Amino acid sequence: MLVLTGCGGESFTDDEKAIIASLSLSALPPLPPDPTNRYADDPAAAALGATLFFDSRMSPSGTVSCSTCHLIDRQFQDDLPLAKGVATGNRRTMPLAGVAWSPWLFWDGRRDSLWAQALTPLEDLREHAGTRAFYAHFIADSFAERYERIFGALPDLSGVPGHAGPFGTAAEQAAWAGLPAERQDEVNRVFANIGKAIAAFERSIVPEETRFDRFAAALTAGREPDDDATLTPEEIAGLKLFIGKATCSTCHTGPRLTDDSFHNTGVPPVDGLPEDLGRETGVDQVAADPFNCFGKYADSGPEACGELRFMVKDDPRLTRAFKPPSLRGAASRSPYMHSGQIETLEAVVDHYARAPASVSGETELHPLTLSERERQQLIAFLKTLTN
Amino acid sequence: MRSVALYAIALVALLAVAFVAYLAKPPVTQKPELNTSRERTTDKGLYAVSIAPDGAEVKQGELHSWIVSVKTAEGKPVSDAVITVDGGMPEHNHGLPTAPEVTENLGDGRYRVEGVKFSMSGWWELRFDISSPAGQDKVTFNLVL
Repeated sequence: MLVLTGCGGESFTDDEKAIIASLSLSALPPLPPDPTNRYADDPAAAALGATLFFDSRMSPSGTVSCSTCHLIDRQFQDDLPLAKGVATGNRRTMPLAGVAWSPWLFWDGRRDSLWAQALTPLEDLREHAGTRAFYAHFIADSFAERYERIFGALPDLSGVPGHAGPFGTAAEQAAWAGLPAERQDEVNRVFANIGKAIAAFERSIVPEETRFDRFAAALTAGREPDDDATLTPEEIAGLKLFIGKATCSTCHTGPRLTDDSFHNTGVPPVDGLPEDLGRETGVDQVAADPFNCFGKYADSGPEACGELRFMVKDDPRLTRAFKPPSLRGAASRSPYMHSGQIETLEAVVDHYARAPASVSGETELHPLTLSERERQQLIAFLKTLTN
Repeated sequence: MRSVALYAIALVALLAVAFVAYLAKPPVTQKPELNTSRERTTDKGLYAVSIAPDGAEVKQGELHSWIVSVKTAEGKPVSDAVITVDGGMPEHNHGLPTAPEVTENLGDGRYRVEGVKFSMSGWWELRFDISSPAGQDKVTFNLVL
């Protein structure tokens, strides 16, 4: 028995210790500045953003706010396989902790800043289903004073229809097309500022310290972990698998447990949903977005747009590639994958072990033999990343 | 007495099993030493190439630039090279997370490559395809983060 316990793996190699330290929250760099949003760190903008985030008047139906899907007491996600606004979408709601560290937003990175991301659901017909003219009027009617204190004078909206935008109904699109370019620009600017205020608020949503982080801190400092920093032998074995044989930390890397890149892992499509090519479509969408880093509504020059400028555009690896979500909190955040395809952690681990072929493009996974015990160890470790 | 003997036999057997398990354990494989030199000759020997980070030290997950210096085998700067950049992580079967490019010819055989990012720690390859009137050739650098 003694011999077996001794082999249980409570000691780590220097390489393992270095990887564990790199995954811990203490390795998280300071909140990166967002030069595209000059209000990113303005408390008044963040306060207005928080108000808007939870206000269901941010939809013409009066029923959908950002917090409809991003629930504050549920890691800012909704536990559903597919997000539900005024209708059901085709992707799973992403949690928000640490979102301000992400260079690419959404599962497919189709937006390149937090404020540009915040605008997208507002005009999605399945989510808030509003138009930018509607939002400009809403701000002018309900928040004019707060808005103007932050962003300066609102434009004269008397000639702007109540509902008009490039993605709305046919009538709304026609109303938008009928507006002169200067009116469109003024509405776009108010709309962009709404996104900048919401983004300023979302920058305050940061990852929480977990038992794993306390364990990693003790390990790095070379001291015995305290009670609330202890990992069981099973969890430690899972951690060793995570950074070793199971190669999870290839993509789930760094303190947010994501490499901010895009990978095809052969997750099967969902019957009945439109074809979802992930990053392959995302690169075109972010390049075409008028609110991207190169656009006139970004508060920076092109020197801040390295990610967009040097993004991988034409590559077979982009087909059905999706961003690895952070694994912080994931154990209590079923279902998994970009359209909630997989219900349990057991089934997730089984997917990675089997490494099924992708329906198109090529999976980056390789089949892996994991015993039942090893699967349980991996899951036990994942739970140490969840409070 | 008899039970003590049995315990002793059991203990010996257990130790023997443990010893065999110890022997059967594959030896810790030492990775072959990577050549991480930042000065290398291209595959066909046409160019001597050196690379250096442009400014601050390279940090995981951050976009950064490199300065690439190209000389002929005889040591003459090649100031009219066309260079493309590629790379990836050979151990993980994936390429670079970004598409870096030469953005500036600095003269004297020196070029700035922008848009490099290493999204995780480990062994990365940075490959350069170099063309000039002297011919086309390739070179691979190993970087360990």
